Amino acid sequence: MTLSLEELQQIARIEKDRREGFQHRIKICVAAGCLSCQSATLKEAMEKEVSRRGMENWVDVKGVGCLGLCTAGPLVFVEPDGILYQGVKVSDAGPIIESLGAEPIDALHCSTDLPFFARQHKVVLENCGRIDPERIEDYIAEGGYYALYQALRNMTPREVIQEITRGGLRGRGGAGYPTGLKWTTVAKAVNATKYVICNADEGDPGAFMDRSVLESDPHRVLEGMAIAAYAVGAAQGFIYVRAEYPLAVKRLRTAIAHAERLGVLGNGIFNTRFRFDVRVRLGAGAFVCGEETALMASIEGRLGKPRPRPPYPAEYGLWGCPTLINNVETFANVAPIIRNGGAWFAGIGTETSKGTKVFALAGRVNHTGLIEVPMGTMLRDIVFEIGGGIPRGGRFKAVQTGGPSGGCIPEQYLDMPVDYESLAEAGSIMGSGGMIIMDESSCMVDVAKFFMEFCMSESCGKCVPCRVGTTQLYHLLCKITSGAAQPSDLDKIEELCDLVKNTALCGLGQTAPNPVMSTLHYFRDEYTAHIEDKVCPAKACKMQPAKEVV
Amino acid sequence: MTAADAFSRKKSNTEARSVRILTFKIDDRDVSAREDETILAVARQNNIYIPTLCHLDGLSERGACRLCIVEIKGSPKLVPACVTRGREGIEVITNSERIADYRRKILELIFTERNHVCSVCVSNGHCELQQLAVNLGMTHVHYDYLYPRLAIDASHERFSLDHDRCVLCLRCVRVCDEIEGAHTWDVMKRGINSRVITDLNQPWGSSSTCTGCGKCVQVCPTGALSEKGKSVAEMVKRRQFLPYLQLMRGVDRE
Ligand SMILES: Cc1cc2nc3c(=O)[nH]c(=O)nc-3n(C[C@H](O)[C@H](O)[C@H](O)COP(=O)(O)O)c2cc1C
Ligand code: FES
Repeated sequence: MTLSLEELQQIARIEKDRREGFQHRIKICVAAGCLSCQSATLKEAMEKEVSRRGMENWVDVKGVGCLGLCTAGPLVFVEPDGILYQGVKVSDAGPIIESLGAEPIDALHCSTDLPFFARQHKVVLENCGRIDPERIEDYIAEGGYYALYQALRNMTPREVIQEITRGGLRGRGGAGYPTGLKWTTVAKAVNATKYVICNADEGDPGAFMDRSVLESDPHRVLEGMAIAAYAVGAAQGFIYVRAEYPLAVKRLRTAIAHAERLGVLGNGIFNTRFRFDVRVRLGAGAFVCGEETALMASIEGRLGKPRPRPPYPAEYGLWGCPTLINNVETFANVAPIIRNGGAWFAGIGTETSKGTKVFALAGRVNHTGLIEVPMGTMLRDIVFEIGGGIPRGGRFKAVQTGGPSGGCIPEQYLDMPVDYESLAEAGSIMGSGGMIIMDESSCMVDVAKFFMEFCMSESCGKCVPCRVGTTQLYHLLCKITSGAAQPSDLDKIEELCDLVKNTALCGLGQTAPNPVMSTLHYFRDEYTAHIEDKVCPAKACKMQPAKEVV
Repeated sequence: MTAADAFSRKKSNTEARSVRILTFKIDDRDVSAREDETILAVARQNNIYIPTLCHLDGLSERGACRLCIVEIKGSPKLVPACVTRGREGIEVITNSERIADYRRKILELIFTERNHVCSVCVSNGHCELQQLAVNLGMTHVHYDYLYPRLAIDASHERFSLDHDRCVLCLRCVRVCDEIEGAHTWDVMKRGINSRVITDLNQPWGSSSTCTGCGKCVQVCPTGALSEKGKSVAEMVKRRQFLPYLQLMRGVDRE
């Protein structure tokens, strides 16, 4: 079955009329964060309250994706009044229904004028918390699949790529590789079969950006993939999701089934000859399977271990065919770029980093949760305005970006714009978007040790520098945090960091020393305090008492 | 077979009619090479020494031990010579101070990982790891030994496996899969906990897939795989069968 533009528009119209039919629309966050504080039962309770009062025809209760301020969950948003409630309990369901059309409940009210909301700029998350992720009509009502129609019917594959290139989109999977360039390479590869892969393995500790996008707006990713497939000449797509994201997997599967039924996936999409199928593949939670060559090996059913590149996936990818592999958030940016034009996208952000970036704010900050800001937003604004500063009057010490491949950025860089280049200059990386804020109670050696332990246990074990180097580094860091280290151990650490960084086979090893190198660079005195004075300045490490010198 | 290897083989089969010939430099020497040849192969043809451990002529490449790293002038990135092909006009440096230093440290790391006690090893004097230490001038190990507690599998009637000496080069896995076609060997776990295993981690002696051909033992660079009945320093590996295997695989066409 194929869909025409009229039918697409009709679906959008019917859905909008349906929404207008309700006097009040109650949106309950059912993404992972709020779901973990019983928002599903809250939704049931809310529905029960509505039907008990016989208000089904004018009050709509729906589950939506992440509303952002995960700390304050479960979150409930009431439209059209625009009232946000936080920390809503099942027992609050009745009072909230009662209050509809009257005064909002003060005790639960959460102001949406907070900088947390006001300072954000939503592109990737524009539908998050607004639409029901399990209803394709909801997505279509927001203009969904219109970009795909435009690309397929009014643009050549080359024009699609030009638009992406004009937008200046860079990969959100970590390295920031220009997306247009990657698409061009795959498009130019000569082969009958090509593949498109969406990397949804998201393994950085503390990162949940991709998860939220998949749980809140899965069709956006499918649409981006379909446009990409058209641009590069692929007919088959895979989404590689970690099995620890069962909700994302379920919603993706639902979304794929709905898209196929409607004809925006499958054969002859929008009455063209373009065909595109998507399958979901589950990863078993190995961090290294996020690395593209390991990921492809895993999809092929082999051990998920990286191989040397070149050949790059664009030339020799899945089953030896040219393959485009992009991150979830990269694909999520595609439809808006096609819809609004590359120039519009290039107007957001900085000279070299265009568009917005989603970050997962975590750690010692008042408002933890998911945020989206234009590239180039000052770090200070993110931490103190959007994040609401450090809790209990604590003092900001550093922010960790880029997870186990990234670094710690100290206070003197607070007035730095957050973009690919500035972060690299400060000794960290953009990474996938994890942002962990630390105050004085965090010991930087301990932080470095945490990430090194992560890299050690996630190393695939194929190449020597990563397999043994990370283990040695971890042992040396343990020596420091337990007070058993000597000054020469610091030299060994620096030596090994340099070795592993320069000789490891894949990105995991090559970037594993980053957390150590950046903390050594900015907080060397903490290392020396552990080694020479046998004290942990942050009082986080259990040190052995210094040996008496006779 | 690794993907990279399949890649090079696919190329060489389809383009056998018109293979481009390149010229470039290795250590200031002009060399010529087919475009599908690795830097390592070209270096060897020209008697330029590049240390290797996971590489073995006739088996697919893994690019995993990283001992064969070389520099390409003008690029800060080091590349493994065993999986990197030459390009027109590049200048390869195989033995700068920096590379020598990295190689020695990588070798030290291998020595710290398991219990490589040469004086009591069946392969003493005939061991590639030991020889590498000599060649690379590794006089001592300045990182802590990890001293893992590892088992020996002596359940096979003719061979034994000593994890203490294993360097995880996976030549055994490759020869068994690619040449013998049995795929008895594989690796389990990951990172520092990686172990070679037979079948699904069953004792070697009870393996129903092992043909007992012994190829794994002969390609093993150290004393990890050895023939039973050999005492200290008595285990000499016989690799005479490998040239035939290379012919069979069509790797070496000279
Ligand atoms: C150890 C390691 C883990 C990675 N994990 C992820 C991941 O979880 N998600 C992701 O999108 N990319 C990950 N990457 C990056 C991918 O290899 C790849 O570059 C990316 O998917 C490309 O997409 P992009 O161009 O859209 O950024 C990882 C890389 C390495 C080296
Ligand atoms: S011989 Fe090249 S990496 Fe081992």
